[in-house]
Amino acid sequence: MAQKTVRVGAGSGFQGDRLEPAVILASQGELDYLVLECLAERTIALAQLRRLADPGAGYDPLLEKRIGSLLPIAKRNGVRIVTNMGAANPLAAGRKVIELAKRLGVAVKVAVVSGDDVLALLEPSMRTIEARGAPLSEYGALVSANAYLGADAIVPALATGADVVITGRVADPSLFLAPVAHAFGWSLEDWDRLARGTVVGHLLECAGQVTGGYFAEPGLKEIPNMAQLGFPWCDVDAEGNGVLGKVAGTGGAITLRTAKEQLLYEVTDPGGYVTPDVVADFTTVGLSATVPDRVAVSGARGRPRTATYKVSVGYRAGFVGEGEISYAGAKARERARLAGEIVRERLREDVPDLRIDVIGIDSAHRSDFGHPHAPYEARMRAAARAPTRELAERVGVEVEALWTNGPAGGGGASKSVHERIGVVSLLLERSRVRPCVTLLEPDRETQAA
Amino acid sequence: MKRKLHEIAHARAGDKGDTLTLALFPYRDEDYELLREQVTAEAVKKHLAHAVQGEVRRYELPGLCALQFVCERALDTGVTTSLVIDPHGKTLSYALLELSIEA
Repeated sequence: MAQKTVRVGAGSGFQGDRLEPAVILASQGELDYLVLECLAERTIALAQLRRLADPGAGYDPLLEKRIGSLLPIAKRNGVRIVTNMGAANPLAAGRKVIELAKRLGVAVKVAVVSGDDVLALLEPSMRTIEARGAPLSEYGALVSANAYLGADAIVPALATGADVVITGRVADPSLFLAPVAHAFGWSLEDWDRLARGTVVGHLLECAGQVTGGYFAEPGLKEIPNMAQLGFPWCDVDAEGNGVLGKVAGTGGAITLRTAKEQLLYEVTDPGGYVTPDVVADFTTVGLSATVPDRVAVSGARGRPRTATYKVSVGYRAGFVGEGEISYAGAKARERARLAGEIVRERLREDVPDLRIDVIGIDSAHRSDFGHPHAPYEARMRAAARAPTRELAERVGVEVEALWTNGPAGGGGASKSVHERIGVVSLLLERSRVRPCVTLLEPDRETQAA
Repeated sequence: MKRKLHEIAHARAGDKGDTLTLALFPYRDEDYELLREQVTAEAVKKHLAHAVQGEVRRYELPGLCALQFVCERALDTGVTTSLVIDPHGKTLSYALLELSIEA
């Protein structure tokens, strides 16, 4: 490989992320690879529910929109796309992309990575890794179980030469590590390189969160032009060290501070960040800002990967009902509190797993830390877990009834009910999981690996 | 003099299941030691007692001038089943920054 660095861009950081930053990256970013991370823990369980209702569904609902906006540009510029938009049905997603490409008049090959769906392997006695280690039998009906596959499942897909690689559940950093490992032909037992590539992936996986999103605060942490936040790329060298950057003229900023915040985001053990590929030590990572909007990343160390895959299991967790109502002006806080007390009293018998907050005082932090100021407005919020939809609906009904039965001047009531899919995790021996790759071309499908 | 962490540090919250992560960074590297001495795991556990039901572990990252707090059972059973208006705990970085220290 004559190439000295590989440029990997992050075109999406969650399922509903903005569309146009990826288009800017594909057209002006001089990328080799564009990664679209769109799949959270909960997202795949919900996707599985859609697949149960319709066997042709279950992939990301924005697939056509997102990929459609990118395909012609990416193909023209030789940018290969890697995405987990396959969600609960990667093969159907791949076929949809082939169909979309035909419509757009673009010739593409799509490689689909599957094998993450391990629902059939679960047994009720299997213990979860959550705090109590309770067996699966203690949870509600299981709807999904997906192993977090790693770079070793994605590299064979890239080796087919496909323009688009579609996966289901894979570890987010692996989506970025795989193209780098493929481009440089790394051994998948080269733990230090894999750790460095994992750090790069971790920094990129939430896209705008390293370019000033989830960071800005007026005054102390100013970020320019957030309405046009640019998404990041990283130039990675053969050792796995990289330089973060973004397209000139886009909004946002990449600084030592934005990079530091993202480096530790969701990291529960900085000395041992476990992915399917490696156990990475983040404590040895060095970050340095050289020129504006560039941060160099180096120095992670790696240890051998674990013998197990983490599996995310979705189960039916009943329903949550919510209701809200606003008060404003004199005694707004007191009227909102009274409203909450009334609802609690009304639901005490039937819906006891209830939470009452006042938005404007203590809803987000669950405390006001003794803050002395009375708000001008206060919005009472009631939320409860209930085993059935009917019981959950009671919450909104009781809140709405405050219009005519509650404190003075209550208005703007709203209510909702949602089915909840809980998520628990367990570990499964690697040998029990069989990742595979299917190559889709306009007129044929072949098992590639 | 008592000062809120918000005046001297910035923070980012993250979630994994029912676990909350809070990363804390001084604006000035020389304040790292101050944070290391006073923003202990115990202090954070006490400050966030209304939200964090489980253990709080602290990791020191002197190379980055950062402290990482890992708070167990902090998200009311987890993102997908929580009743809290912010089930991910994304706003809780600013709850940490409400903590006052001698500085």
